[in-house]
Amino acid sequence: MAGVVIDGISKSFGGTVALAALDLDVADREFLALLGPSGCGKTTLLRIIAGLETATTGRVLIGGRDVTQLPPRARGLAMVFQNYAVFPHLRVRDNIAFGLKMSGADRDRIARQVRRTAGLLQLEPYLDRYPAQLSGGQRQRVAVARALAVEPALLLMDEPLSNLDALLRLDMRAELKDVLREAGTTTIYVTHDQTEAMALADRIAVLHGGQIEQIGSPSAIYHTPATRFVGGFVGAPPMNFLRTADGRLMGIRPEDIDLVDEDAGLAFRVSVVEPLGAQTLLTGTTDGQLLRVALAGEHAIATGAALYLRPRPDRIRWMDAATGRAIAAG
Amino acid sequence: MPIRWLPYALIAPAALFLGVLFVIPLVQTGALAFQVHDAWALGNFTRMTGDLNFADALRNSFQLVLVAVPVQLCLAMGMAMMLRHLQRGRAIVLWVWSIPLGISDLAAGLVWLTILTDQGYLNSVLFHLGVIAAPEGWLTYETPFALFMAVAIAEIWRATAIVLLILVAGVQMLPKEYGEAAAVFGASPWQAFTKVTLPLLRPSIQSALILRTVLAFEAFAVVMALGGRNFPVLVSEAYAWKHFNQDTGVAAAYALVIMAISVAATLVFLRLLRTPVEQQT
Amino acid sequence: MTLRRGIFLSGIGVISAWVLLPIWLIAASAVGGQGQISAWPKPLWPAGGTLDGLASFLAIEGVWKATANSVAVALLTMAMAILLGAPAGYALARFNFRGANLFRVLVLMTRAFPVAILALPLTVSFIRFGVYDTAFGVALMHTTLALPFAVLVSASLFQAIPRELEEAAWVFGCTRWQAAMRVVLPLALPGIVATAIFAFVISWNEVFAASVLTVRNRTLTAYLLAVLSESPMHLQFAGGFLLIVPSVLFIFLVRKHLFAMWGIANR
Repeated sequence: MAGVVIDGISKSFGGTVALAALDLDVADREFLALLGPSGCGKTTLLRIIAGLETATTGRVLIGGRDVTQLPPRARGLAMVFQNYAVFPHLRVRDNIAFGLKMSGADRDRIARQVRRTAGLLQLEPYLDRYPAQLSGGQRQRVAVARALAVEPALLLMDEPLSNLDALLRLDMRAELKDVLREAGTTTIYVTHDQTEAMALADRIAVLHGGQIEQIGSPSAIYHTPATRFVGGFVGAPPMNFLRTADGRLMGIRPEDIDLVDEDAGLAFRVSVVEPLGAQTLLTGTTDGQLLRVALAGEHAIATGAALYLRPRPDRIRWMDAATGRAIAAG
Repeated sequence: MPIRWLPYALIAPAALFLGVLFVIPLVQTGALAFQVHDAWALGNFTRMTGDLNFADALRNSFQLVLVAVPVQLCLAMGMAMMLRHLQRGRAIVLWVWSIPLGISDLAAGLVWLTILTDQGYLNSVLFHLGVIAAPEGWLTYETPFALFMAVAIAEIWRATAIVLLILVAGVQMLPKEYGEAAAVFGASPWQAFTKVTLPLLRPSIQSALILRTVLAFEAFAVVMALGGRNFPVLVSEAYAWKHFNQDTGVAAAYALVIMAISVAATLVFLRLLRTPVEQQT
Repeated sequence: MTLRRGIFLSGIGVISAWVLLPIWLIAASAVGGQGQISAWPKPLWPAGGTLDGLASFLAIEGVWKATANSVAVALLTMAMAILLGAPAGYALARFNFRGANLFRVLVLMTRAFPVAILALPLTVSFIRFGVYDTAFGVALMHTTLALPFAVLVSASLFQAIPRELEEAAWVFGCTRWQAAMRVVLPLALPGIVATAIFAFVISWNEVFAASVLTVRNRTLTAYLLAVLSESPMHLQFAGGFLLIVPSVLFIFLVRKHLFAMWGIANR
């Protein structure tokens, strides 16, 4: 088990900067999610940690050891790839055992680890099959089992659930959380799916344009976004930002807005009503600005209705309109 | 893990090999053709063009390409379209149709010799049908047209398979939706073929034409097997000058002519059938 | 079955017959012996042969030697084309490097040239280096024919293997070499074998260079070409048949890879 230190890592391809001097500490046994839109540099960072890509500047330390110059095989880590990268010419058993065989583990240890991880991921019935005979979800499990079998100091996961269909993804997410908690491995998990990051991670680092916008617990990221970007990227629908007369932005989540009586709040004209069952989603304008409101439960509201709203004061996040950054105590 | 020198180390042996056995002989061929007794001269070319067979060889080579290659292309296109509509047994039919791919032009010449020789199968069939009473010669100096047809048929028989494979590979890469879209918008099968399939197959047609044209100018054993020197083509003349006259200089001059024609044909096809950048998928 | 379907299927039948019938006829001529050749008119359905023709052809001194030479040349060509071509194909498939396009152009350029004709000037240098009239010398020339093909096909084979698989191998403890041997090679192997077989066929069928570069150690094609005008018909047919058999077998063996090879290599 090991912590990870990212020390001033930057990466540029030709003229474009993919990562700009990042610093990041991951504690031992921590689950950190790297969250961001595509092209934000999160996968590049993961690949630099893995040793699949070289950084332009900076160092990577795993368990206190500088691994910057080491090839992937010497870094003591394991990885789950986006397309699983399960070896198609090897049986499930040999896929899981691959890392152990390469490190020269003895027969007993290999057999024990294959049994243990296959059990953990419910792969026992499939050990003698080839990957082509498995479903997408099962292949994904093989990829995780292969990674856990080597008992890595650090586990890297690159969008491991993005190729599964929605329902399976939900199942695998819960299963993954359970398995990884049991294994207690330090994990860095790359995703563009904010619910995945929220559901799995101890901490989330939100990346944007090659820089870290914010690092914090899922709750902190959600409720107290440090920048306008974080508020807009995390949460579906995203946080509303209403411009005020004094040049500030009022950030408020759609579900933190209540319906109130006339005269007691903001005038709101509804343009679209989306009844989602658990919520009723309203889109409309207030004072000429776009606003989304998520009301719990079902409401009989017609398109074009005029309503009055009140943001919950303790949930408001004030931002500087010019910099897009949160104002400390607003 | 960018190891800068690794790709160079990997291509070096192949590049070196092609340098030594392709580029150098290419230059040497030029040198041979333009040298007489180790001095620069055009003697080889004047001897080549002055030879009785040169004009015949040039004409025969071009005729052969101009007849065989278009027929191969049309035939292969038809075969590719037929395969497209074949549901069962497609694999076996495709295999049968690609068999000639593995057959050399020498063997193809010998195959058609069994059919077209005086006492061959064609004459036997014609006799049984009552068309002829005695063996008829097809491959002699006196029957130049029949001889030419024989060579062309042997070439078409042998080399349509390569064109077919290139076209079928191209057809397989076309999404079915294009044809379906054309049909939905009211195109007849023939319109869909000429307006949608054919233009989209342009890259495949281009490479098939280049490959076939270069190889058709290179064919000579088929000619030797069927007609001997009764039907001279450029390569058979190059071979004859080298083999019978021991004159490598004139043979090299022939080689240069063949190469010039091949490269010119390639450039023409590259230009004529290029896919504009904005149309590339 | 509708009329259209009937016409369609008979079209397929006619083309198949057009391909197969000539092969059947040379086979019949090859096994028929002299009697079959000189028979006039021939029966429309060739009578069962006795392998006489083929046997008498094989009995000629020089045929076995030529066949053995052909096999040796083709095997050498196959080995050289793959050993030189596969690494280059791997480099083209996996690396972006300065000069990659130049190399690609060199490889593609060979296609615009009738390469076999380049054997003409090689006689002199081959004599100097002592490889003239040897199987190895002919194989060198044939490798020039087969190598561009091997490079392009193996490049597309390697390209089809996801990079992630190789990266996974590196992460799980492999060196580059180990990853290539344990992951890339096993996955590319069927395609590489097919490419090798094709290199064999290219060499086996080549006539011009083999004729120019040999005198006594003729390959089968060079031998047949040299004796065309002087040997009896039935022996020529036996020789032609002998040339065809391995080619047809090989096409059968690689039938699943025909497209991957010709389709992709010629785009």
